[in-house]
Amino acid sequence: MIMTARATSLIYRRRLRVNRFNLFMSLAAMTFGMTFLIWILVVLFAKGVGAISPSLFLSTTPPPGSAGGLANAIVGSALIVGVATLVATPIGILAGIYLAEYGRNGWVARLTRFINDILLSAPSIVLGLFVYTVYVMNVGHFSGWAGSAALGLIAIPVVVRTTENMLQLVPASLREAAVALGAPMYKVILSVTLRAVRGGVITGILLAVARMSGETAPLLFTALNNQFGSLDMNAPMANLPVVIFQFALSPYDDWKDLAWGGAFLITLTVLVLNILARTVFRQSTVR
Amino acid sequence: MDTALAHATPADAAPSVAPSEPKMSIRHLDFYYGRFQGLKNINLDIAPRHVTAFIGPSGCGKSTLLRTLNRMYSLYPGHRATGDIFLDGENILAPGVDINTLRAKVGMVFQKPTPFPMSIHDNIAFGVRLYEDLSAREMDERVEWALTKAAMWDEAKDKLKQSGMALSGGQQQRLCIARAVAVKPEVLLLDEPTSALDPISTAKIEELITELKEDYTIAIVTHNMQQAARISDFTAYMYLGELIEFGRTDQLFLKPRRKETEDYITGRFG
Repeated sequence: MIMTARATSLIYRRRLRVNRFNLFMSLAAMTFGMTFLIWILVVLFAKGVGAISPSLFLSTTPPPGSAGGLANAIVGSALIVGVATLVATPIGILAGIYLAEYGRNGWVARLTRFINDILLSAPSIVLGLFVYTVYVMNVGHFSGWAGSAALGLIAIPVVVRTTENMLQLVPASLREAAVALGAPMYKVILSVTLRAVRGGVITGILLAVARMSGETAPLLFTALNNQFGSLDMNAPMANLPVVIFQFALSPYDDWKDLAWGGAFLITLTVLVLNILARTVFRQSTVR
Repeated sequence: MDTALAHATPADAAPSVAPSEPKMSIRHLDFYYGRFQGLKNINLDIAPRHVTAFIGPSGCGKSTLLRTLNRMYSLYPGHRATGDIFLDGENILAPGVDINTLRAKVGMVFQKPTPFPMSIHDNIAFGVRLYEDLSAREMDERVEWALTKAAMWDEAKDKLKQSGMALSGGQQQRLCIARAVAVKPEVLLLDEPTSALDPISTAKIEELITELKEDYTIAIVTHNMQQAARISDFTAYMYLGELIEFGRTDQLFLKPRRKETEDYITGRFG
């Protein structure tokens, strides 16, 4: 009896209506967003999957009209992104530790945080131009090192931010508990707080790698491209984004197909990195 | 030991209720959170191998007082204490005191269990490794000893390699006590150690505290007056940053000298 009295009450029915309306609106918004995402993925898969073949990974970028693959671009991308990650990770983690554990609300930390936020949202083409001006122009040639530098500038703020945010999630009581045993600060950070958020920090690094592997603009001004396979970081270096950019804009069909293949490959890599970040490393936060 | 420590004996007599030389003596202690004064002229002796309880309503300063005893407050800028706190006659508030050595001697257990993100074994070994260089076998013995002290050995002996975070709340808290005991401190500070636990775990930990006072000097903050009455030998009642009354627990609960104390313990206030 009480239930029926409730159900027929005007206020209650209005609340149900508002609830249904809100649910509908958020579902509609989600569908709108998902439609485009899935559309992109479907097109990418349809056009890209055909280009996936052994020769894509084995032969280098061809001149128009002949057969070839993306081997040099894949290797180049891996090298440039790899070096950038190796440099950016320690810098980012150490800076994040400083902000969360030492600087906190001091003016140095606040200033650093502010600058880091600017760097985080800076258009990547600006970072590319920066490296072009201070490095490429001075040495007089494009190079893999320059590409790594530009990508590193993109990755550092991401790693700084995630490391700091993760460390701030560590409850003060955990830090105090380690301090209460007489542990010096560095020991508390390395063995307890950083360890407690290890999974989150690794996730941040993987997301930075994912972000870097798709950047085109900064590489146009730094690593440029190379038609041939090269492991020389001090020379212009082929890489997937720039090859895609160049091939996709070309009038040749076989180049366009290779561009689709490369785009598919990058998307797949980013997808795998994201899935790794979300599953494997999240669980290893606590061992 | 730090030679910079000033040797001094407390000149002023505090309410003398301890049967022997105090383990810790607090003299004219003021504490500030920035501009706010959290403790006002506290004078108190903590007797060796006894349990001293700090009670009082929320915000009365009892946790603040406890956290001055191992200088935990110094983690936070703007928090400062003036006055003297003597540990075996040495002033721990004096400049030049090695704060890490102090904390190795004055251990602490917190309100919420705080297992480290590592195995049960490593949770206990972490603190020991900071100050002692033990072989693997000696370390295993120490871990067993500490867990036995904390009445955890039987429950933990088969899962020493497992994460300390996988234990139940009550077990986690006993692990934290084991961890604090493992470094062989002289004083144990307990900051509401049972307020996050169920009655059965609480009973276990209270029993444990009574056993631990054989070897350690214990200071405990508690919201629970029955708990203070059950396990402590001395009780300090605090209100608004002041020490209102301090005495033997039975006396304080049965025949409080101050009206304010009586109002609080009879539940008319707070």
